[in-house]
Amino acid sequence: MKTVGFACVVSLTAGVGALAQSKPLRIEITEGIIEPMPFAVPLFVAENAAANEYAAKLTQVVAADLVGSGLFREIPAAAHISKISNFDAPVQFSDWKAINSQALITGAVSLTSDNRMVVKFRLFDVFAQAPLGNGLQFVASSDSWRRMSHKVADAVYSRLTGESGYFDSRVAFIAEEGPKNNRKKRLALMDYDGANVRYLSNADDIVLAPRFSPNAREIIYTSYETGVPKVFLMNVDTLSRRVLDSDPGMTFAPRFSPDGRKVVMSLTERGNTDIYSFDIASGRKQRLTNSPAIETAPSFSPDGRQIVFESDRGGGQQVYVMNAAGGEAKRISFGDGSYGTPVWSPRGDMIAFTKIHKGRFHIGVMRVDGSQEKLLAGSFLDEGPTWSPNGRVIMFFRETAGAAGAPSLYSVDVTGRNLRQIKTPTFASDPAWSTLLE
Amino acid sequence: MRFTKFTAALLCATALAACDTVPKASQNPDDFRVGAGDASDPASVAYFQQTVGDRVLFVVDQASLTNSAIATLNAQANWLLEYTDKTVTIEGHADEQGTREYNLALGARRASAVRDHLVSRGVADNRVKTVTFGKERPIEICSDETCWSKNRRAVTVVAGGLTS
Repeated sequence: MKTVGFACVVSLTAGVGALAQSKPLRIEITEGIIEPMPFAVPLFVAENAAANEYAAKLTQVVAADLVGSGLFREIPAAAHISKISNFDAPVQFSDWKAINSQALITGAVSLTSDNRMVVKFRLFDVFAQAPLGNGLQFVASSDSWRRMSHKVADAVYSRLTGESGYFDSRVAFIAEEGPKNNRKKRLALMDYDGANVRYLSNADDIVLAPRFSPNAREIIYTSYETGVPKVFLMNVDTLSRRVLDSDPGMTFAPRFSPDGRKVVMSLTERGNTDIYSFDIASGRKQRLTNSPAIETAPSFSPDGRQIVFESDRGGGQQVYVMNAAGGEAKRISFGDGSYGTPVWSPRGDMIAFTKIHKGRFHIGVMRVDGSQEKLLAGSFLDEGPTWSPNGRVIMFFRETAGAAGAPSLYSVDVTGRNLRQIKTPTFASDPAWSTLLE
Repeated sequence: MRFTKFTAALLCATALAACDTVPKASQNPDDFRVGAGDASDPASVAYFQQTVGDRVLFVVDQASLTNSAIATLNAQANWLLEYTDKTVTIEGHADEQGTREYNLALGARRASAVRDHLVSRGVADNRVKTVTFGKERPIEICSDETCWSKNRRAVTVVAGGLTS
């Protein structure tokens, strides 16, 4: 295992007049956003020769993050009038104004003799001719150059939207290969944008639905390693793993509590599936539902006080909310069709779900009381939503129909726009988005 | 100038270390032929699969046993009462028309329905194990009812028999 420190230096912006702004440049993320904000990110300045190979890559990833959010539009380098050749030289705002670039991101990169990378950036409101916040500097091993780009993009996103970003994050998923009747599945991990895929298990056993711990250092998932489905806990750095609950019975559908101390999951005994809470440190488990129906897919509210889950106790698969200690549950899904895989938003305001209606699968969101249902995507099989760290984007998997059918990962904005496929080296399913990395 | 420091444990970027695995049954199909026996031998696994019938099918989103399933399971129970050294694992499966975790629970329900029936016919409880595969192991791969009806199944796998 390797540990790399990220040092973040906040520096005062020099060489630019600090103009008081009456109306800061701001993009509001609401239902109404249609026109992405134009921005320019000229090639980062390589401040020494060793940094040359990274300057273009860093710049490209920053641009890709922002464009990929659907909220920003990059003005291509070919249209730029100015070049940035010195990070500290005054910016020629008129040149950026002329090409209607509302935001300007400048950056510089250098490598130290011990192979540490220093990345600096500044963000400007071109029309106000003023910096937006202080310049920032990140220092880390050059191996983690993509993370530095994501951190720059997160800072830009945050300053321009007023919300935290989601780019410096990872996604755990299931990599799938082989024909539909002999699918091989492996646990895998990647950056949120599909880069740096790493496999955490071999294909010997069926593995399903990984989910991150709140600090993104561990995952829980279901594996057939012992012959029946059991929930395992794995450290993603060391890959050491253990069965969470070694009592008899099949366990699956695990999720961490927001404090990382507990796991809620389904336990099946004699054909009946109920929800249990499992204390990781003590190994004690507590039964939260007690009915002959199927109770599964539990997910905590971000304050840890409630659990949303699915049950067919009313005859069909529907979404319910109960107290985190169990007890009476309140049904919240009432539309046509079946509802499953509920996941509470990290903002606490919405629940994402899979809806099956007339043979089609949809990904949707609703308020926590079940109102304002909105479907974001639909196909032969769209399943398994997971929230971005800031609760603005949902990732899920889409499986195509037929003998050659196979799954791949997609993301969609919570408003239903900006549906994008995330390219992966193999088929992919069961995505789980981490929190923002530290 | 103000300094803020934070650290992050970066994931190891090097190749995946080999995972140690728990020993389990071989997945080499050749191994299963051993002990399957000749289908003309009523004590053989092949006879159980082909003549008694090793699987029952279910209606969409249901775990109740049809009349035809009950007839098959009665024959399975009789065979198990005859060959009392055999143990079985009931594998419950679902078709692809459901979410993954719900289908795991549904497959468990189906396997349990089969197990309960065998036990009700006198087969000792400790000879029957169950497992669910949800929608993870379809045998037919098209996306219409002709395939789905065969995938909604519970298969009684005799120890030493061919799994499906």
